[in-house]
Amino acid sequence: MPWSRFLPYLAVMAGVTYLIRALPLTLVRRRIRNSFFRSFLYYIPYAVLTAMTIPDILYSTGFTGENWLAFAGAAGGLCAAGFMALRGHGLLTVALTACGAVALIQSVAFFI
Amino acid sequence: MSDRRRGLRDGIPIGLGYLSVSFAFGIQAVSLGLSPLQAVLISMTNLTSAGQLAGIGLMAGGASLVEMALAQITINMRYALMSLSLTQRLGADMTGLRRAFFAFGNTDEIFAVASGQKGELNHHYLYALMLAPYLGWSLGTLLGSLAGTLLPVFFRDVLGIAIYGMFLAIILPPARSRKSVAAVVLMAACLSLAFRYLPFLRNLSGGYAMIISAVVSAAAAALMFPVGEEDE
Repeated sequence: MPWSRFLPYLAVMAGVTYLIRALPLTLVRRRIRNSFFRSFLYYIPYAVLTAMTIPDILYSTGFTGENWLAFAGAAGGLCAAGFMALRGHGLLTVALTACGAVALIQSVAFFI
Repeated sequence: MSDRRRGLRDGIPIGLGYLSVSFAFGIQAVSLGLSPLQAVLISMTNLTSAGQLAGIGLMAGGASLVEMALAQITINMRYALMSLSLTQRLGADMTGLRRAFFAFGNTDEIFAVASGQKGELNHHYLYALMLAPYLGWSLGTLLGSLAGTLLPVFFRDVLGIAIYGMFLAIILPPARSRKSVAAVVLMAACLSLAFRYLPFLRNLSGGYAMIISAVVSAAAAALMFPVGEEDE
């Protein structure tokens, strides 16, 4: 990506991310009481991560609409990761299981 | 053991975890057309997985700077809550400048470890805690972005799913034990699918679709299932 296009993006990303972390930490010294706002802040991480994962995870292994083996791999990875996560395994274990499932399914390509 | 050594030690498992996740980020960044140096610069200045991943997607899609800012605000809003929560725990040595410095490293995992400590948090512990995660995150991005240009497509495809697997590991366990979180996950998934595949709705660009999906489902859950102080 040309640097002239990259640098403004970088400045906005880093600046916004830093301010979100730094402003409350440096300015606020009291506890938030508003119940709706507290609840909203409690739920937002789950909502964000879900919206980022579904359906993007299905396109994370090279599926572009034609390569259905890649789609099968991603779907298998999603199921395997979902199963392991629901059983309470840690981040690294779940991530590696997803990779393993994709590798297993996509390696079919070498045989057909 | 001194606070500094304790912080260093507590940061090492986080750093190792970051190494593998940022490796996947580096691969993704290069596949979207960024150079390894650009990928590493993003990691060194942002230090956040979800925000960076969405960010490079927006860059590749040619999004506006406003859309980039709004997406980062939505995705990273959780850090505001974590920072708020930590203000209640900081020792008297944490002056304004020191708070401003530590704020840079307040990631999900660092927050989780820091808030699990007993007693007040001082700058010796917090600075030391940030070190290994920061190095792991930057180094993993460098290795991933270099590997991304060298690795066969097969391995890039396999590793591409890693970061999403990690997200599932964060979302699903609490969704299983709390009905309210399950409702949030379900709503956000349905909205996100609708914005991707339904006519008209799918014309909206990815950043805004994610923002609307997340904000609407979190707000709906906040109305339906208010969180009590003791729940956090």
